[in-house]
Amino acid sequence: MLEVSGLTAAYGQVTAIRDISLSVDAGGILAVIGANGAGKSTLLKTVAGLLPATSGTIVFEGEDITRRSAFDRVRRGIALVPEGRRLFPSLTVQENLQTAFASKRTGAWTLDTVYDLFPLVAERRQRRAGDLSGGEQQATAIARALLTNPKLLLLDEVSLGLAPAIIADLYSRLPEILAQGTGILLVEQDVSQAMKVADSVHCLLQGATSLTGKNLAMADISAAYFGMEKK
Amino acid sequence: MNLLEPIVQGILLGGLYALFAAGLSLMFGVMRIVNLAYGDFAVLAAYGALVVVNAALINPLLALVVVAPAMAALGYVLQRTVLQRTLGISPLPSLLVTFGLSIIIQNVLLLFGSADQQRLTLGGIDTASVTLPLDITVGVFPLAVFVLAVVVLGVLSWVTAKTQYGRLVRAVSDDPDTVMLQGANPKVIYGIATAIAFGVVAIAGVAAGIQTSFSPSSGSMLLIFAFEAVIIGGLGSLWGTLGGAVILGVAQTVGAAFAPAQQILAGHIVFLLFLAFLPSGLSRRKVRA
Repeated sequence: MLEVSGLTAAYGQVTAIRDISLSVDAGGILAVIGANGAGKSTLLKTVAGLLPATSGTIVFEGEDITRRSAFDRVRRGIALVPEGRRLFPSLTVQENLQTAFASKRTGAWTLDTVYDLFPLVAERRQRRAGDLSGGEQQATAIARALLTNPKLLLLDEVSLGLAPAIIADLYSRLPEILAQGTGILLVEQDVSQAMKVADSVHCLLQGATSLTGKNLAMADISAAYFGMEKK
Repeated sequence: MNLLEPIVQGILLGGLYALFAAGLSLMFGVMRIVNLAYGDFAVLAAYGALVVVNAALINPLLALVVVAPAMAALGYVLQRTVLQRTLGISPLPSLLVTFGLSIIIQNVLLLFGSADQQRLTLGGIDTASVTLPLDITVGVFPLAVFVLAVVVLGVLSWVTAKTQYGRLVRAVSDDPDTVMLQGANPKVIYGIATAIAFGVVAIAGVAAGIQTSFSPSSGSMLLIFAFEAVIIGGLGSLWGTLGGAVILGVAQTVGAAFAPAQQILAGHIVFLLFLAFLPSGLSRRKVRA
């Protein structure tokens, strides 16, 4: 469904990701792991279209979308849950969710079904998004992305700054999302969490791929994660 | 001294100011775009109506059918081609560019018109009046303008609060990048908002041209009154803007009842009092950094 090949992107003169190739299948889940500053979030932003690619291609459902705008990609079925949640603080929770109707995509996810998936979000629907706790904000951000009925969901650091119980709760919803045939590309700093949910992992080190595959040994991963030579 | 008369007249004057401030309240209050040429666009619309009236020999209200959509279209194009480029973290580029636009419009109007005061007229309605209870006489036209201002602000307020477009307008002023992630193009949202504001300012410009008079340089004073109404009312609150405009109007007419030469000054003093003691305005809404 998503084929990224040779993708390079930069902030001004500084190259943030270099020659990255990966693919995600419908209903599949790929975890991108790596240390702080490895370029994980940059990768997701480039796939979502918030950052232009300097070279390489992004092919989604057989079409080259490398030069498409971010909003056009959403209308084609790519949704990003951004780093830091990025809710609209002056809007209520429900209004935040309703902004996703701008994608003009329909499907399994409606206000009712996302409220069923996240009962806590349903309880807070009349609150201003700026007044929510971190876990509630993250659930709202995921619900908002789902309402664009994406074929591919990009999740950026869902666990950041949240308590372990809340993280486990959020991750427990992923199977229901995958069951709709949605592919997930997720970025995670917490390697064990990523290994638990993902079919395959893709490790970044200083903006480049250092390891990729399925059922990898922890020793190989930590070597790729920290950039150490294997003993 | 009977203050009832000036208060009623002030409320009606506030209606005219509210009509002016409505578009500014949307652009500056809700979307945080500062447009220093706003008053000059109102004057431009009044001149546009004057040209249509003289060419087609129709009344100014019919001319609005041409002028308001034309101004809305101008607003959309201007936003997409010029103003959009000035948006960013710093307010300085948009201040400089719209100040420049203000000077250009004033001088173009001087070039093709003259520095004379101009008027638009509706004939008999200009001076028609009705007598309200308590023996207060008010002009029919100012009363109509006041009602129109309430309707315009009511519609704008409903649109921003209840419609999908309104939600996206508020979302864009929070975070344009994230609006893109919902599948909407922020530039189109900004463009439509500016078109609405310009359509409203055309109506206000023509209404002011009928109720008072205008010249190429009268835009700056209109801009100050509109800003004062928006700030007294509280940023982001369209109903607050109506309240702010009425307070400004009443301050001016009551001030004039005591010292006829100091009408404008009285309004400014009330505005300064609000800035000093109630800076978040009538709506008391906290202003985001």
